[in-house]
Amino acid sequence: MRPTRRHLLSLGASLALAACAHVPSPSPSPSSPPAGGPAQDTPPLRGTGDLGLVIERASGSVQLVEHSGRSALARITGLGDLSHAHVVFSRDGRYAYVFGRDGGLTKVDLLEARIDARVIQAGNSIGGSISQDGRLVVAQNYSPGGIRVFDARTLAPIADIPAEYAPGKVSRVVGLADLPDQRFAYALFDGNEIWVTDLSDPVHPSTTRYPAGRQPYDGLATPDGRYFLAGLFGEDGVSLLDLWHPERGSRKILTDYGQGSEKLPVYKMPHLRGWAQAGGEIWLPGVGRHELLAVDARSWQQTARIPLLGQPVFAMARPDGRQIWVNFAFPDNDWVQVIDTDTRQVIHSFSPGKAVLHMEFTPRGDEVWISARDSHEVLVMSTRDFSPRARLPAQSPSGIFFGHRGQRIGM
Amino acid sequence: MDRPVLLHVAILLALTALGVGTARAASPTPSPARQAQLIHLVRQDCGACHGMQLSGGLGPSLSPAQLADRPDSSLVATVLQGRPGTPMPGWQAFLSASEAGWIITQLKQGFPPLPPCDPPAATC
Ligand code: HEC
Repeated sequence: MRPTRRHLLSLGASLALAACAHVPSPSPSPSSPPAGGPAQDTPPLRGTGDLGLVIERASGSVQLVEHSGRSALARITGLGDLSHAHVVFSRDGRYAYVFGRDGGLTKVDLLEARIDARVIQAGNSIGGSISQDGRLVVAQNYSPGGIRVFDARTLAPIADIPAEYAPGKVSRVVGLADLPDQRFAYALFDGNEIWVTDLSDPVHPSTTRYPAGRQPYDGLATPDGRYFLAGLFGEDGVSLLDLWHPERGSRKILTDYGQGSEKLPVYKMPHLRGWAQAGGEIWLPGVGRHELLAVDARSWQQTARIPLLGQPVFAMARPDGRQIWVNFAFPDNDWVQVIDTDTRQVIHSFSPGKAVLHMEFTPRGDEVWISARDSHEVLVMSTRDFSPRARLPAQSPSGIFFGHRGQRIGM
Repeated sequence: MDRPVLLHVAILLALTALGVGTARAASPTPSPARQAQLIHLVRQDCGACHGMQLSGGLGPSLSPAQLADRPDSSLVATVLQGRPGTPMPGWQAFLSASEAGWIITQLKQGFPPLPPCDPPAATC
């Protein structure tokens, strides 16, 4: 039988997976060709709603996974340095854009499990975002500091916005978030500012600048795209910009939030993305503190501090807002804690493996996928009774990104 | 004792067993097993800020060219004590002076790569 494209694809996938010794026998999934089934020239028909990528940070590869059957479908290699990689999705769910540390921007075709386009867009990058209309992919870079805009279809460059905050002084950019009306907000770590760039006419970007406070280290947009918040490293507090009223400028809230007087060493910067708005409150990881903060999302006053076992990195809300799942910085990174947002209690503390780097919920939150870098494993768990549902081998897994992010603001 | 505290104790015990926390009196050259741990620590955990390739991120590049004209003693002090006012934390709770010295020597020579499956595990 002449090897068809489909067979080559699945062969490629199994070869790639076979590079890792203990590969799960490929569990039945909508895209596994039926044994001895009819050969076709197109990949099997399937939906994209349950697809996602798991970053394998040390090997420059990603695993294509599906969360209905909790299985790995393929491994795609050749994506460069994936430490601190970030992924966004096209709105049709077919493509993932992977931003690598080395400035690589790779467009992955999830249906064909292959690289569709790839460019090296900068020397040092920490992520990116996709526009409201899905036509522009924007990278945020440390070197050269600034953001760069690309055509989401071809990855052809469209605009370059250096974060030059003073003559000859260019800042590293953090916290890039997409906003309604083709705008993007981001923070300048070295420039101490928040910038909002309007890309409604992408070849003529227009940028508005706001003061942020010292050393903003990450930012996030609320799920409705109204507020942009930047956490500060160089002083206590969070900088807040109301994008419904940008004329009012930025202001500082939560002046208690931060390292305070007894500064602990911070072994890993917390990530603000993945934060939750639950019952009118948002939940943020404390920087340099063994604490989770609850904040009233109307008054922006702190409403609770929950003691944790270490310095939180991600505080991710289950989509219904009832639980917050937290992972930790070195040396407490073998642990995960779950907080009930109603009782404000830690309801579960456990170790899913060694060096837990990331967590991703299924779209409606019945399960959570957790990457344990040094166990080379992704654990799938029930969020209801915390029972394990599956374990997937992966090489030094870090970020887990499911395609429903493509349908959300600020992801 | 509540659960987080118990967990903490467990972690500290585990770290002690690994020799992470108590290597203060280590010999000038770390043992091969400890070297493997240090390579892992530098690439993965220092790499969170300096990049896995140590080519820079929130922290600067730690390439040989970058470090060449910095005295070892000040670089060792930076690693152990951190740099106040910057995100560089001090690592003296986890590294002895001689281990920090070994790391700086390796960084100046071009830091060793991670083995293909690190740490070794049945799953890869
Ligand atoms: C949380 C982020 C972070 C982590 C983790 C981190 N560093 Fe740094 N490091 C920095 C920053 C930021 C600087 C620059 C400080 C400054 O502005 O002077 C720095 C500076 C340094 C320098 C001085 C470089 C120079 O050119 O002066 C060395 C050496 C260094 N780090 C080594 C390490 C080692 C080794 C580790 C792990 C054991 C580590 N760092 C972990 C953020 C970090």
